[in-house]
Amino acid sequence: MNSNRRILGHIYMGAFLFYLMVPLFVMAGAAFNDSKLPTIIPWKGFTDRWFIELWNDNRIWGAIGNTMLVAVAVVAIAVPVGTAGAILVNSISGRVRAVLYGLMVAPILIPGVVIGISTLLFWNQFSVPSGLHLSVLGQVSYIASFVMLLVLARLQSFDAGLEEAALDLGASHAQVMRRILLPHLYPALGAGAAISFFQSIENFNVTLFTRGGADTLTVYVFSKVRSGITPSINALALIMILLTLVAAIWYEINRRRRERIEAAREADARRAEAEEM
Amino acid sequence: MHDLFRRYGKGLTFTFVGLTAFWLLVLVILPDFKLLESSFRPYLPIKEVGGPKDVYSLDNYAQILGNSVDFNSLGLHFQIPARVKVFVLTIFYSGVVTFVAFLMAYPLCFYLAKVASNKSLPTLFLLLFVPLWVSEVLRSFAWYIILTLKGPLNAFLMAIGAIEKEIRWIEGYSPVVITLVYAYVLFMVFPVYNAMQSLDNNQIEAAEDLGAPWWKIHWRIVLPHSKPGIASGAVMVFMLSAGSLLVPAIINSTTGNWFTQTIQGIMMEGQDWNAGAAFAFMLLLFCTVTVTVAMRIFRVKLSDIAK
Amino acid sequence: MSAGIDLDNVCCDFGNFRAVDNVNVSIQPGEFFSFLGPSGCGKTTILRMISGFTDPTGGAIRIGGKDVKGQRPNQRPTALIFQNLALFPLMPVWENIAFGLEVRGVDKATRRRKAEELLALVDLPGSADKMVSQLSGGQKQRVAIARALAVEPAVMLLDEPLSALDLKLRQHMRAELRAIQKRTGVTFIYITHDQGEALAMSDRVGVMSQGRLQQVANPRDIYNNPVNGFVASFVGENNIMTGEIGQRADGMASFSTALGSFRARIAEGATKGKLYVRPEFMTLQDTPAPENSVPVTLSDVAFEGNFISVHAVAENGASMVVELRNDGSGTVPQSGAKMHMAFDARNAAILPDSDTAGA
Repeated sequence: MNSNRRILGHIYMGAFLFYLMVPLFVMAGAAFNDSKLPTIIPWKGFTDRWFIELWNDNRIWGAIGNTMLVAVAVVAIAVPVGTAGAILVNSISGRVRAVLYGLMVAPILIPGVVIGISTLLFWNQFSVPSGLHLSVLGQVSYIASFVMLLVLARLQSFDAGLEEAALDLGASHAQVMRRILLPHLYPALGAGAAISFFQSIENFNVTLFTRGGADTLTVYVFSKVRSGITPSINALALIMILLTLVAAIWYEINRRRRERIEAAREADARRAEAEEM
Repeated sequence: MHDLFRRYGKGLTFTFVGLTAFWLLVLVILPDFKLLESSFRPYLPIKEVGGPKDVYSLDNYAQILGNSVDFNSLGLHFQIPARVKVFVLTIFYSGVVTFVAFLMAYPLCFYLAKVASNKSLPTLFLLLFVPLWVSEVLRSFAWYIILTLKGPLNAFLMAIGAIEKEIRWIEGYSPVVITLVYAYVLFMVFPVYNAMQSLDNNQIEAAEDLGAPWWKIHWRIVLPHSKPGIASGAVMVFMLSAGSLLVPAIINSTTGNWFTQTIQGIMMEGQDWNAGAAFAFMLLLFCTVTVTVAMRIFRVKLSDIAK
Repeated sequence: MSAGIDLDNVCCDFGNFRAVDNVNVSIQPGEFFSFLGPSGCGKTTILRMISGFTDPTGGAIRIGGKDVKGQRPNQRPTALIFQNLALFPLMPVWENIAFGLEVRGVDKATRRRKAEELLALVDLPGSADKMVSQLSGGQKQRVAIARALAVEPAVMLLDEPLSALDLKLRQHMRAELRAIQKRTGVTFIYITHDQGEALAMSDRVGVMSQGRLQQVANPRDIYNNPVNGFVASFVGENNIMTGEIGQRADGMASFSTALGSFRARIAEGATKGKLYVRPEFMTLQDTPAPENSVPVTLSDVAFEGNFISVHAVAENGASMVVELRNDGSGTVPQSGAKMHMAFDARNAAILPDSDTAGA
């Protein structure tokens, strides 16, 4: 790989990152522009009034609240359900396993509109009205698949002998689960909870059809774009982007810390081995 | 089953089976059956459900055939039902999105897999990930801002003298395609990167050593090796694009209607849930068929598609 | 309180494959008993049946006199040391050791105390708070043993625990394990394919092949009086000669081979067999011996430290191995020398091949 090509590569990487980031900056910039329409051209002056308008908008707080409620409910259901599916699939083999695995992965590929409408029709036949509860159920159907994949991947690195060792020492099945299997799965469960949470907040297609009259963040923004929008949305966008950045940095710091600890432990083991010689 | 009892005991096994059954049956399989079943029944007020008018028919599906409109393409000129036109164009442009996403992602994946240093990889990935965490709503909205008539893109192009008058970007299917690419390109990047990563550097070096030009190396070595990744990435992007409602709705291009918007129209404004079910099922059927065909052609399994 | 194990006609089938075939043995309380055999001989299956992870398809297993059929592994008074140790990576050492107590509801302070006592017993004081990933191979071994001892089992089951360690450590741990067993008095059932381990550590050894027990005896008898060719070959080295059994008298018989006629021990009722003589019982002399003597030319002479290994080639080309003790004199036979190889009839045995199903 000659060095010209390498430089081109670096440039492309930079350009790509630029391409990804620029819309976000435009979005953020419009939050400070003193213009009634969300834009950065023409720049009419720096202002914070959109943040104030955001703060005062009750409907958006309602939408945020609903979104959080739904997200928490989705996490609470999708994580146990996805984990159960992963453990089940991991413990069986052959034809049944392939079929089960396929069924669990398929929801990711089903278009959101289909999930939304099918959920609506299904529960409606039992006279269950539309509302956020249906949104939760619809979202769980495919978000649990993500959890399942994450937990299953983590299960591959689990030594089933540990379960046997625990049983052999007299543990009940519940104790084995609690003290041996679940601790190993915690990273995947954490990741699953995070993914579920963010996927739920993001979700539009399913929520739109199932929500009844309730507002969620995505639906609210969507309806505002249709009806008449002010840069208070941009203010919201900027806040969300900043929160995402903070979460990303925190995650990165944590990851590096954990890496250092593990490396130190392995160094100890090597020293102990050497001493034994 | 016996093995499960042995490994986890009766209580836990029933819990796992129960939760999984709840998920797969109650949340996925049964609702989809209901969707299919409803698509064959007319939409009736509650009193008339189960009554004499409640018969199975293909009427809902036939609705797609109403309202003929003109369709000009490739010099051909013919009449086609409006909704079928939308359907066909949605599929076509989803394909365009997939292709463009692939073109953009491929060099990036190659860079990440072969050129970038190992130490910088986690940081680079983090940087790539961050936009993904920002809600799709907001990212679509960002492009809406950029593409509006008096927006930054036009201003920039006019400033550098590339154009003289503002271009109406939000017209036809182009803005939808542009925004869909932006929204979903990363779904192409990750599987292709994964596939490329497993390619042994020595193969590339051997080819270089034998005198192969760079395009041939890619065409004959890197590309074939990455096939599974490309296939799964393409499937993901295609499905997400075809099924996307947010992006076309926010971009709001009146001459660039997406099939999902048609469904939404039927459900929300028309309030005909059963017809909506029929159209939704058509979308599902098409997506399933496409995925299965793609999987067969590229010999990719479902497990490869899952990230 | 340690217990004995009785295996009564125990069988285990996996589909059409019979992994364990009518194994019968009574292991005494407090005994160090080894199952010795090559991979696939069924010894691991026996261990898993005793611990409860696999069910026998025939016969009965009794621990302490009580039939354990239907008892799940967590109900049995056994503790298993796994081949890969299976220490819990997310718990510190003391929690690993105290795990068995934790699941029995013992309070934290007592658990910690017992863990530290056991750490002292296995010679790892001060390691209580370390994580498993910080330990060396030998240290992990000892933690695994401590963890099993913590639940005060009636029987300890050890699945080739030393196979992953290197030579010097293995020899050190052999002595340690034996010492721990003597100190605690717990019945140890040990499985291995390493004959040196089995002979060095055990009170009795059960040699297995293809699911059947070939012989159960103390190490000396296993080595000196193997009952068949399999046991003789698996444990120690042999020179093997084929031939016909001739006249018998007083537990000895004549055996005619291509190299001449020999006299050796023979079991009652044996009809066919081969002649087995261990290399260390062969002697090299300048003159022929009164019986069991073969003229040979020496080919390879290798000085291996504590013994000298000599290849002796007979007139018909057959090659045998003679092991001479290094007597410190510095005299080593020369390659190419013509000498006479001989052995005492009481040190040779005519043995059938092995005890297989249907044989």
